[in-house]
Amino acid sequence: MTDLSPPPPEVLPESAAAPPDHTAGVEGRPEPHKAGMVCFLVSEAAFFSTLIMAYVIFLRHGSAGPTPDEALSLPLVLGNTACLLASSATVHLAERSLRKGNVGAFRLLWAATILLGVLFLVGTAVEWRGLIRDHGLTIGVNLFGTTYYTLVGFHAFHVTLGVLALAAVLGVSARGLLPGTAPLPVTLVGWYWHFVDVVWVVVFLVVYVLGR
Amino acid sequence: MATAEIEPAALPAAESRPPWTAVLHEWVVTVDHKKIGILYVLMAVGFILVAGAAAVMMRLQLWAPNLALVPPTTFNQFFTLHGTTMVFFVGMPLLIGIANFAVPLMIGARDMAFPRLNAFGFWATLFGGLLVYFSLVVPGGPPTIGWFAYAPLTENSFARGPGVDCWALGLIVSGLGTTTAAINFIVTILSLRCPGMTLRKVPFFVWVMFWTSVQILVVMPPLTAALTMLEFDRQLGAHFFDTQAGGSAYLWQHLFWFFGHPEVYILVLPAFGMISEVVPVFSRKVLFGYEFMAAATAAIAFISLGVWAHHMFAVGMSRALDLFFAAASMLVSIPTGIKLFNWLATVYGGKLVLKSPMLFALGFLSMFVIGGLTGIILACAPVDLQVTDTYFVVGHFHWVLIGGTVFGIFSAIHYWYPKATGRMLSERLAKWQFWLLFLGFILTFAPMHVAGILGMPRRIYTYGPGRGWELWNQLATLGALLQAPSYLIFAYNIVTSLWKGKVAGDDPWDAWTLEWATTSPPPAYNFAVVPTVKSRRPLWDLKHPDDPDWKYE
Ligand code: HEM
Ligand SMILES: [Cu+2]
Repeated sequence: MTDLSPPPPEVLPESAAAPPDHTAGVEGRPEPHKAGMVCFLVSEAAFFSTLIMAYVIFLRHGSAGPTPDEALSLPLVLGNTACLLASSATVHLAERSLRKGNVGAFRLLWAATILLGVLFLVGTAVEWRGLIRDHGLTIGVNLFGTTYYTLVGFHAFHVTLGVLALAAVLGVSARGLLPGTAPLPVTLVGWYWHFVDVVWVVVFLVVYVLGR
Repeated sequence: MATAEIEPAALPAAESRPPWTAVLHEWVVTVDHKKIGILYVLMAVGFILVAGAAAVMMRLQLWAPNLALVPPTTFNQFFTLHGTTMVFFVGMPLLIGIANFAVPLMIGARDMAFPRLNAFGFWATLFGGLLVYFSLVVPGGPPTIGWFAYAPLTENSFARGPGVDCWALGLIVSGLGTTTAAINFIVTILSLRCPGMTLRKVPFFVWVMFWTSVQILVVMPPLTAALTMLEFDRQLGAHFFDTQAGGSAYLWQHLFWFFGHPEVYILVLPAFGMISEVVPVFSRKVLFGYEFMAAATAAIAFISLGVWAHHMFAVGMSRALDLFFAAASMLVSIPTGIKLFNWLATVYGGKLVLKSPMLFALGFLSMFVIGGLTGIILACAPVDLQVTDTYFVVGHFHWVLIGGTVFGIFSAIHYWYPKATGRMLSERLAKWQFWLLFLGFILTFAPMHVAGILGMPRRIYTYGPGRGWELWNQLATLGALLQAPSYLIFAYNIVTSLWKGKVAGDDPWDAWTLEWATTSPPPAYNFAVVPTVKSRRPLWDLKHPDDPDWKYE
C-alpha cells in the first residue's frame, strides 16, 4: 500500500492527528475470518434447528411403515458416535501439537481425524443399507423416513464437507505451505469440525435416544 | 481486506475511453464493494420494471367486474412473480446493494471484509432471480402459489410442472447469496471500523445494517431448510408438506412465517437507517436520541423473531397462541414508536432543506405511521379474523413496504447518487417522481382497505358486480396508472443524470459522515489514509474545529 498518494482530499488531518480512542483500538477488533466463521456456524445452527424441529414434530405421527423403535438399532450408531467424538479430540490435540511446534504430530492427528470422519461416513452407509434392505425404510415410505433421512443425511453431508476441508488442510500442510503455529485454516476447519460433532450429539440424542 | 489491487485513480480522458468489452469485463469480475453495490441496484431496477408491469396488468384486470383481460392462471402467475420478485429481487437487493456501497465508506474501511464472497452474494442473487424467471419457459409456466407458497398447493399433486421447482431452487440460491451478504456485513462492521469508531459511534445506518444482518443470519437458513424440504417432497417423494401422506401444511406456514415476518423487518429496518442519515442532514441537526434509537433497533430485531404467527390467526392455532402472538406483535410498535418520535424530534426546530432526499424521507415519516397503525389493527386477532386474506391486508403491507421501504430507498438513492457517480440527480425529475409516487401510492392502496373491509378477498382474478367493490377497484387501478410513470421517471433520471447531471463535488449536502470526506465517486481504495474519528459526526468536527461534537458525546 505504497501508492496511495493521489488524490489527497480524503485525509482528515485534524482527527487523524488526534490521539487514538482508548475504548476500541482497531487492534482489539475480532479477526475477520474468525468472526465470519462464527457467523457461518450460527446460520448453520439455524438450519439444523429447523430440520430437528421437523423431526420432532413428526415423531410418532403414526403412518404405515417402520417406526424408529423397530428400525433403529443402537450398537452401530454408538460406534459411529464414538468415532465422531474421538475425532473432536484428535482435532483438538492436533491443534495443540501444532501450537507447540510439533508438525509431525499435528499431521498424524489431523490424518486420524480424517480417518475417523470417513469411518463415521462408512458406518452411516452401512446403517442406511440395513434400513433400506431389512426394514424397507426409504425417504418416501413414511414420515419417519422423510424426516430421518433428511436430518441424518444433511448431517452426513456436512461431515463429508468437513472431511474434504480437513483433507485440503492436510494437503496444504504436507506441501509445507502452512506457516506459523496456529494458522487460520487449521483453526477455522477445527471449529467447523467441532460444530459438526456438536450437531451430531444433538441428532443422536433426539433421534436415537429420546425419539425411540 | 482487498487492498491488493489498488491502482491510482484513473481519470480517463474522453478520447482514451476503454472499449465497452473491457468495461463489461471489469464490472463482471469486480470485487469492489462500490461496484457490487451498484450492480445490486441496477439488477433491482430491472426487476422492479418487470414486477411492476405484472402489477399493472393485475390492476387492469380488476378494473371492472367479470373482465377477462388475462386468464385466471396467468393472473395467479402474475401475483406469484410480483410478490416473489418485489421481496427477494427488488427490496432486498436494493437494501443490500445500497448498504454495500455505503457501509464501508461510512466506517472508513477500504472494502467489505470478504470482497470475493461479496461478489458471490451478488451473482447468487442475480442467478437465483433468473432461475425463478426461467419458469416462464418451462412446461406449465411460472408457479401459481403466491409469494408465501402455501402447502399443499406446491406439492406434486397440485403443481405438476417444474415451475415450483424453479421458484424454490431460485430462492435457495439467492438465499445463500443473501446469507453470505449478511455474514459480510456483520464482520465488516465488527472488524473493519476505522480507529476511534467505537460501536457507539457508528453512523446509524451502519448500526441498523448490523441488526438487519443478524436477522438475515437467523431466519434465512430456516427458509432454505423449508424450501429444501419442499424440493425433497417434490423430487424425492418425501412427505413433509404432503397432507395426503400425513405431512403438514401447518408446518409450512410456521416455517415460512418464521422467516416471513422477520423478512418484512429486514425490508424495513435498513430504510429506518437510511432515514436516520437523511433526516438529520436535511434538518441541520444531530439525530435525536441516538442511544434510544440504537436500543429500539435491537429490540425490534429481537421481538420480530417472536411474532410470526400473527400471519396465521385464521388457522385456528389455540387461544393461548393467538393471545401470545397478538401481544408480541403489539409490543413491536413500542420500539417502532420510539423511532418515529425521535425522527420527529430531529425534524422539530430544524432548518429543513427540502431537497429530494428529504422529500422522500418526509414521505416515509408520514406514510409509514399509517401502515404501522393498520398493522396494529391486524394484530388484534379478532379483527384479523374478519379481514385476513382480504384487500385490507394488501393495503396494509403495501403501505409499509412502499410508504416505508420504497420511500426510504428512494431517499437513500437520491442522497448517495452524487457520491456514487459524481453527478447530481435532476431535482425537477425527482420532484415529479416524488409527487406521482406519493399521490399514486395513496390512491392505489387506500381504497384497498375499504374494499377489504367490504369483504373483497385478495388474489381473486375477478369478481361479480353489485358488491360495492367496483369504485374502490377503479380508484386503485387509476392510482397504479398514476404511480407507474414515477418509476419510469426514476429510471430515466438515474441514467441520464450520469452525463447531464451537475457535477456534485465531494460533499454536496454539507453532510457529516465519512463517505463525504472522499471524492465522488470514491477511488477504488476509498480513503488514501484510513481516517481516525472521535465522534459520530467526524466531518462536523473537521468543519467546526472550534465546536467539535466529541466534546459533548
Ligand atoms: C406495528 C407493526 C406491524 C404489525 C403489528 C403488523 C401486523 C401484521 C399482521 C397481523 C399481518 C397479517 C394479516 C393477515 O394476513 O391476516 C400483517 C401482514 C403483513 N405485514 Fe404487517 N405489521 C406491522 C408492520 C409491518 C411492516 C413494517 C411491514 C413491512 C415493511 C409489514 C409487512 C407485512 C406484510 C408483507 C404482510 C402480508 C404478508 C402476506 O400475507 O402476504 N408489516 N402484518
Ligand atoms: Cu408479520
